[in-house]
Amino acid sequence: MKRLWRWLIPLAAVPVLALLAYGFRVSPRDIPSPLVGRPAPAFALATLEGEPLSLAGHRGKVVVLNFWASWCYPACYEEAPVLERNWRGYRDRGVVVVGVDIQDKREAAVKFVGDFGLTFPIAQDLKGTVSVDFGVYGVPETFFLDRAGRIRVKHVGAVTDDVFRATVDRLLAEASSP
Amino acid sequence: MSRVAIMLCAALVLLAAAASPAQAQSAKPVSEDVVHEIAAQLRCVVCQNLSVADSPSEMASQMRAIIRERLAGGESPAEVQRYFVDRYGEWILLSPPRRGFNLLVWFLPLAAVAVGLLIVGALVWRWTHRGRGVRTPPAAVDPAMSERIRRELESGS
Repeated sequence: MKRLWRWLIPLAAVPVLALLAYGFRVSPRDIPSPLVGRPAPAFALATLEGEPLSLAGHRGKVVVLNFWASWCYPACYEEAPVLERNWRGYRDRGVVVVGVDIQDKREAAVKFVGDFGLTFPIAQDLKGTVSVDFGVYGVPETFFLDRAGRIRVKHVGAVTDDVFRATVDRLLAEASSP
Repeated sequence: MSRVAIMLCAALVLLAAAASPAQAQSAKPVSEDVVHEIAAQLRCVVCQNLSVADSPSEMASQMRAIIRERLAGGESPAEVQRYFVDRYGEWILLSPPRRGFNLLVWFLPLAAVAVGLLIVGALVWRWTHRGRGVRTPPAAVDPAMSERIRRELESGS
């Protein structure tokens, strides 16, 4: 009996340590977004060139909605060429890439767009309302919307060619078979 | 005279503008205390260990502005909080709501403290009551041995 107690006390620490080990290894940014599977919140912004930009204007397309900022180094710098490359590759197949620049200065954003030669529509979310509507934690975060306008995938961190192609191909394939 | 009339007219126009129902609706007075109270319950999403009320980050100040705007639009504090939970999940609440699985977080520490107190209490009781009243009588000493001890003590003095 005494022997059992001697073992039981250190054993009681095991679940606590396991909980701590789990808690410290999980990134809060990996918490699944409650928005996945739900219709994307509507927004109406203006592009850097001053043209209106809204999701409603791209209904029926697969939308890749990318939240970024010019100060987000290196992730946003890594994914900018990926987004541009795939936007050019997919734009004729019913896919649109939309950039939303958050917590940024206009001049810095314009310079970023110029440096990377980005040609997809980009708007600034000056008041942060669109970011909060989408439950954005930080940058970069990318939402993949199906043709019905539902958020299907939320990707945290830089988008790679593989992620872009795999996700968009999947959404295009399922959209063609309603 | 005409100047007075113009000024009166201007004052009337200003008053009318201030009192117009449209104005009153779009700018319902919002108490900063209420904004602070809601913000204090929300986790700042970019800094994690601060509330939206305490964080100096731009994101937090934008979120405070959104809280203010929604309250001004006629939403109740509970509705504003639900708006953020809908977007970010319960993670954004600094204290998890007291229901379902979350109750574990609230009551497990209390239960652990209670069990700990019970264990300590039991141990203290055992230590303070050990042996009282059940003191065993000294073991009988062999008469031959006690005789020998007595003899050696006497011879030693």
